[in-house]
Amino acid sequence: MGRPHSVKDQKYESRLIGNRIFIAGVCILLLTVMLIGRMFYLQIIQHDHFTTLSRDNQVQIRPLPPIRGLIFSSDNVLLADNRPSFSLEIIPENISGDVEQVITRLQEFIRIDEQDIRRYKELAKKKRRFERTPIRLNLTDEEVATFSVNRHLFNGVDVVAGLSRYYPIGPNLAHVVGYVGRIDKDELANLDPSEYSGTTYIGKIGAEKAYEEVLHGKVGYEQVEVNSQGRVIRQLDTTPPESGKNVYLTLNVSLQNLAAVDLSGKRGAIVAVDPRNGSVLAMVSSPGYDPNIFVNGIDPAAYKKLMTSNDRPLLNRALQGTYPPGSTIKPFMGFAALNYNVRQLQDDTWCPGWFRIAGSKRPYRDWKKGGHGHINLTGAIANSCDVYFYSLALDMGINRLYTAMQEFGFGRITGIDINGEASGLLPSPEWKKRTRNQPWYTGETVNVGIGQGYLLVTPMQLAAATAALANRGVRVKPHLLAEVRDPVTAESTQFPAALNQSSITARDPAYWDVIINAMVEVVHGAHGTARSSGNGAKYRFGGKTGTAQVISLPQDMSVKKDIPEELRDHALFIAFAPADTPTIAVSVIVENGEHGNTTAAPIARHLFDHWLNVSE
Amino acid sequence: MEQRSLLQRLHIDLPLLIGLLVLCGIGTVILYSAGGHDISVIYSQIIRLCMAFLMMLLIAQLPPAQLERWSLSIYLIGILLLLLVLFAGTIGKGAQRWLEIGGFSFQPSEIMKLAVPMVIAWYFSERPLPPSIVRIIIACFLITLPVLLIRQQPDLGTAFLVAVAGFSVLFIAGIRWRLIGGIVSFAALSTPVIWYFMHDYQKRRILTFLNPEQDPLGSGYHIIQSKIAIGSGGIYGKGWLNGTQSRLDFLPERSTDFIFSVFSEEFGFMGFLLLICVYLFIIARCLYIALHAQHTYGRLLGSGLALTFFVYIFVNVGMVTGQLPVVGVPLPLVSRGGTSMVTLMIGFGILMAIHTHRRLLSG
Repeated sequence: MGRPHSVKDQKYESRLIGNRIFIAGVCILLLTVMLIGRMFYLQIIQHDHFTTLSRDNQVQIRPLPPIRGLIFSSDNVLLADNRPSFSLEIIPENISGDVEQVITRLQEFIRIDEQDIRRYKELAKKKRRFERTPIRLNLTDEEVATFSVNRHLFNGVDVVAGLSRYYPIGPNLAHVVGYVGRIDKDELANLDPSEYSGTTYIGKIGAEKAYEEVLHGKVGYEQVEVNSQGRVIRQLDTTPPESGKNVYLTLNVSLQNLAAVDLSGKRGAIVAVDPRNGSVLAMVSSPGYDPNIFVNGIDPAAYKKLMTSNDRPLLNRALQGTYPPGSTIKPFMGFAALNYNVRQLQDDTWCPGWFRIAGSKRPYRDWKKGGHGHINLTGAIANSCDVYFYSLALDMGINRLYTAMQEFGFGRITGIDINGEASGLLPSPEWKKRTRNQPWYTGETVNVGIGQGYLLVTPMQLAAATAALANRGVRVKPHLLAEVRDPVTAESTQFPAALNQSSITARDPAYWDVIINAMVEVVHGAHGTARSSGNGAKYRFGGKTGTAQVISLPQDMSVKKDIPEELRDHALFIAFAPADTPTIAVSVIVENGEHGNTTAAPIARHLFDHWLNVSE
Repeated sequence: MEQRSLLQRLHIDLPLLIGLLVLCGIGTVILYSAGGHDISVIYSQIIRLCMAFLMMLLIAQLPPAQLERWSLSIYLIGILLLLLVLFAGTIGKGAQRWLEIGGFSFQPSEIMKLAVPMVIAWYFSERPLPPSIVRIIIACFLITLPVLLIRQQPDLGTAFLVAVAGFSVLFIAGIRWRLIGGIVSFAALSTPVIWYFMHDYQKRRILTFLNPEQDPLGSGYHIIQSKIAIGSGGIYGKGWLNGTQSRLDFLPERSTDFIFSVFSEEFGFMGFLLLICVYLFIIARCLYIALHAQHTYGRLLGSGLALTFFVYIFVNVGMVTGQLPVVGVPLPLVSRGGTSMVTLMIGFGILMAIHTHRRLLSG
């Protein structure tokens, strides 16, 4: 037991407690001042800082991707379109139950394969639960209808309309127009990330890639207020996107389609240019492929099939295929002979059917077994006499030959406005020394003289060179872009002829007439190698056949039957029409087509008939 | 006999009542904004407020002497209920805090917020002050037992407030400064030394012990958003219902623990000063009542309750302004929530009882 209550000193206790209450009051005041100080610091001193943070929290800037420009041909055919496409999209937040189950139920109505599911899961990982993620792209109309009827069974699943690139012409134009595809990592590294912040697709090859900047347009932005989960609450401000501009190509689709049909089932390339301004009228590489399968990511199996096909459909033969020009080089050689004063027009060469370099035993055969007898330049071109050109090349020498051929653009890219062009190969002693560390042999000059040996050209180079011949030396740079037009304002920028390349000057302009006449003889002369193709033409045109060896057969072996198809000679033909005022120059190459006159020349005639009919 | 006014007959202290009404008014206004502009939230809050004021009024009728006699019994019942919670409580939000009795669920830990200061005040008032060392040790035990039981639920916030309520009475009872100083300096000195000798996993365990309910990343984010809300409020605030941090869900628990951030964002520094003035007025009135109480029990309990009330405010504001760790302490009478509000109002009822019954006696 403690002391009794009566002992308690009431006054002392009340003073003690009073003191403590006073101290407590002071403490409370001091701590309150601390709180006020803290609030002053946050709300007044740091106010600007936190205001910025608050705004960053609240306002988000979202890109509005522009609509990609369309691509048209010069004859106003739509080559690359933005088609409404429907995709099936899931908002995970809104679905009832498990995503897997929903997908399984969806599969009763709509085809959803493993790849779709894989892509969905990958995309869904990066998105919020209230954001849409596509489970199927490019629904067919039928699928859209089927789903719409059953829509009530699927909460949180919707058909969403968007724009998807579509190439109506498909394979015939795949190599020229190219295609778009999803932006990959490498491309991302080289892009202006703000310009592409809302864009899914980018031009991968062809005109789609070359004119990416024009086609893409300018990105727009919207400022939106978002909550902490990133859900948009309301829109604050918008800067609309600027649609990409429409691009008009110089191509003529009717000519292009005709050329594609003529090459169908074959491997080869056709290039047609307008010699007056360099406009590429047709550019076909066969076989083609469907560019549409690349747009939304090609199926690996389909891609593998394209990559491993022996026909190599992905190769753009018109720009990237390099072939020995064979006899199509002869008109160019002929011009060089006159211009460099190596031969005169009336100079005869004796053709016994073979040629031999003095002091060498090796014979170089003419395609005609018995030989052409006495033959001059015109005859040599019209009849494609090999011996004349063996002898000419030998007399000209490789260095002059090199310079002359370079003037026509061989050995260099033409500079056409789409990527991936090959430069071919115009050999020289210097080149051989550099790349193989071997001396140049005279025999090699002889081979180059008839377009064999090391010499390689692309169909585009051949067409450009033919145009230069037809133009009497005026060289034009081939180009595909004709016009850029703003889809909204219709403001248009025309791209005129690019005559910026050095022209070929003849010592005597009559030399051009000699060569052009000789080429007319090829198709219209009594002995011309392509006379069957000139039959019945309402106009005169010039041409030159060519046959390029794929493998080197022994010179004494002339029987070429029983050779596997892929080892047979390539058939070539270059031509321009009409002969006196040319408006079209073509090069045709049919791989393993054996004879220029039977395989390649009729195609050129076919194109000319169509073109000259069209342009009248 | 002088004529007694209605207020006196109802045992109501007018200044305290006015202060509380103003505070609850402010609370209701900001709750409308914090609760997502949902009027039903306001209705239920007003119903709770009415019930809480009714409880205050009922308690105010009891003479303090009666409360003093019941102190120990209430405390023991509270301990019993806490033990019951541990073994048979309802689990909610990952903690075992509620007891279901006849369809009602309540938190026995709330009782302890009042029972602990009551029992300490009772224990100290029957012997002369200042208390002896032995009595202080016994008092510490009386405080620590329920605190540990509540910590076990786990409910760190309530455990902390119960401890504060008990030790406030201990402080007012006049334990010697030497003792206070000794304990504080010993704790301050030993903490870093102990910390230094601990393994990392032990340190982590201590940290989770101190703050078991929040993961560091989560609470860190909450504090950042809370500071943004307060700081962006500036001098005059963004205006009522215009706080972007709260409206757009950046603030966590914005109608309960973080309601102060909503208030500061919308009403700014000026609003804060007004709020703190109302709080200080209420505390000052409580201390005044305690100072003028007739018996030691009333003085100890009254000032203990006033101090606890301030600690509520200080910890909540300190927490949302990022100066104290996040413990679940609501802003008194402003945060939404029934039980703690009723407890607080019973506390104010006791204070009114201390004051009004004294007058009766002296009159």
